[in-house]
Amino acid sequence: MKILTKLFLIFIFVFSSAGFANEHLVLDKAPIDLNDQASLQRGAKTFINYCLNCHSANYMRYNRLKDIGLSDSLIKENLLFTAEKVGEPMKIAMTKKDAKAWFGANPPDLSVEVRARGSDWIYSYLRGYYRDSSRPTGWNNTVFDKTAMPHILWKLQGDQKLNEEHHTLELVKPGTLSAKEYDALVGDLVNYLTFMSEPSKLKRHHMGYYVLLFLGLLLVLTIKLKKEFWKDIK
Amino acid sequence: MKTEIKTKKSKGGLMAWVDERFPLSSLITNHLTEYYAPKNFNFWYFFGSLALLVLVLQLATGIFLTMHYKPDAELAFGSVEYIMRDVSFGWLIRYMHSTGASMFFVVVYLHMFRGLIYGSYKNPRELLWLFGVAIFLCLMGEAFFGYLLPWGQMSYWGAQVIVNLFSAIPFVGPDLSEWLRGDYLVSDATLNRFFAFHVIALPLALCGLVFVHLVALHEVGSNNPDGIDIKKNLDKKTSIPLDGIPFHPYYTVKDLIGVSVFLIVFALIIFYLPEMGGYFLEANNFIPADPLKTPAHIAPVWYFTPYYSILRAVPPILNSQFPGVAAMGLSVLAFAFLPWLDKSKVRSIRYKGNLFKRWIALFVVSFFVLGYLGTVPSNVWGQFSSAIPVIGGVDKATVVARIFTITYFLFFALMPYYSQKDKTKPVPSRVSYK
Repeated sequence: MKILTKLFLIFIFVFSSAGFANEHLVLDKAPIDLNDQASLQRGAKTFINYCLNCHSANYMRYNRLKDIGLSDSLIKENLLFTAEKVGEPMKIAMTKKDAKAWFGANPPDLSVEVRARGSDWIYSYLRGYYRDSSRPTGWNNTVFDKTAMPHILWKLQGDQKLNEEHHTLELVKPGTLSAKEYDALVGDLVNYLTFMSEPSKLKRHHMGYYVLLFLGLLLVLTIKLKKEFWKDIK
Repeated sequence: MKTEIKTKKSKGGLMAWVDERFPLSSLITNHLTEYYAPKNFNFWYFFGSLALLVLVLQLATGIFLTMHYKPDAELAFGSVEYIMRDVSFGWLIRYMHSTGASMFFVVVYLHMFRGLIYGSYKNPRELLWLFGVAIFLCLMGEAFFGYLLPWGQMSYWGAQVIVNLFSAIPFVGPDLSEWLRGDYLVSDATLNRFFAFHVIALPLALCGLVFVHLVALHEVGSNNPDGIDIKKNLDKKTSIPLDGIPFHPYYTVKDLIGVSVFLIVFALIIFYLPEMGGYFLEANNFIPADPLKTPAHIAPVWYFTPYYSILRAVPPILNSQFPGVAAMGLSVLAFAFLPWLDKSKVRSIRYKGNLFKRWIALFVVSFFVLGYLGTVPSNVWGQFSSAIPVIGGVDKATVVARIFTITYFLFFALMPYYSQKDKTKPVPSRVSYK
């Protein structure tokens, strides 16, 4: 085993001396709770009012909001802005060509954005905007440098300034919401986006218990069956 | 060696009617109730039947996915989301299929490792092993073609990278890769042909190969952890192997335990970890394919990463990437040569000497290290300080990958030498049981 031990030592040496030199972005943890229907409903409201003008959610049907405790009539009266019927998906009127011309980039469809970026990323991103006069939109972002998206929620959050030295953000002009209220609003929004990225997730978790219970029982039975059959094999 | 074919016929009723027209009773007798398998199978012998189970699961879930999936560059990504959201239990079928793909490789790798440690490729099982290698190649193709279908960023760029590998082949390369794609870049035409390969061509080939794999197995009989030929010790009266037991009911009930445990693991992943931390379903694949945006880091799914590491580790020679591509191809095909590389007198690792054990341990370490390195960018550990001669400034991970690429190949290349030189232990005449 000499060669193997030597190789292992070399490997461990290289591994340990490697370190983590990558510039790492510390993301804040998003408060995700898919069981909190009130939070999901508040998030849906924010999403539809603020995001669903430039961003579509082409794979999400309005009536899927019934999963978070809304009814067809509630959806129709309060949230159905970009479609005629509750069974339609959350589309937007802006074409890709126009979007490219106006923003320089296509706002991505947000149906599964959380699965691509992660909820913490979006939570940190929406709280990471700061004033930057060098950018065409007047905004920059600590999470996504030179982001093409202007700060849509700026009236709520107010203006932040980047402290270059400590790389921290300071609120210089308060918005209509307090910092705590703004974080809660973004938290609800990201919670909703997480729900929307996989609406069947809760059902999946719930169903898993029963499947595993059944399989556990099956395992016990198969072990007993095998023992019974094999007892005469010497 | 020839198995005696028994003809058995039922005396009356429906079975007799069938037996007149189709050898059903004989088939059951020859392949189940009077097919004698060694009684000393251990943990490693579960994975053959499990591979068959996963194949059936993939076929069944695949059929239902095909009912709703659209092989069209404009619609593919959306149709997968449609399956995830609007099709009844579509999410379950899709996760079963995506998890099944990874679990297929888990099971097949363990099955292959079993063959490796117990010498199941040795005479008289060379053809059985070769059919197995062919199944493995087919499976790799099946997984590769299937991975393009969700039409996410990783699907797209993974396919782009792999098809481009063919352009490294001297002379015919560029034309070949264009011919494979059906276009100058991965596009709708590519998606359509990959769909055809994934849902009909390769599954058909796989099923055929699995059939001949089983036919060959039942011709020569199963090997066992002792590597002892059970047909050498027959009962004098009945000429049944003394160490053999009928496959049915003994191994059917035993395999049911394996199936139960496997399904528990399978269900845990499907219901609670379908992305498996990005190893089974990559985050980037939830972004629709965009031919204009190359992701910063393109990595294949975990089951291809050892070979991908080898590809990256081999430096280009004379400005050609071909050596890397050839090394990658060889790293997979090397398994096919095992029956002729292993010159050992014994089959099983139980009676092989330390030399073989060391090499197989090295091989396993190489496989895992290369597998890990294939999932991360090659600058993951930074570079060696430029003060060090020769390797100064080179990515540490690349150097490590090169070392393990060499050990990977040495395991095969030196096998004729060390397997012959190895001090083997005497093999008993009967299998050890309990």
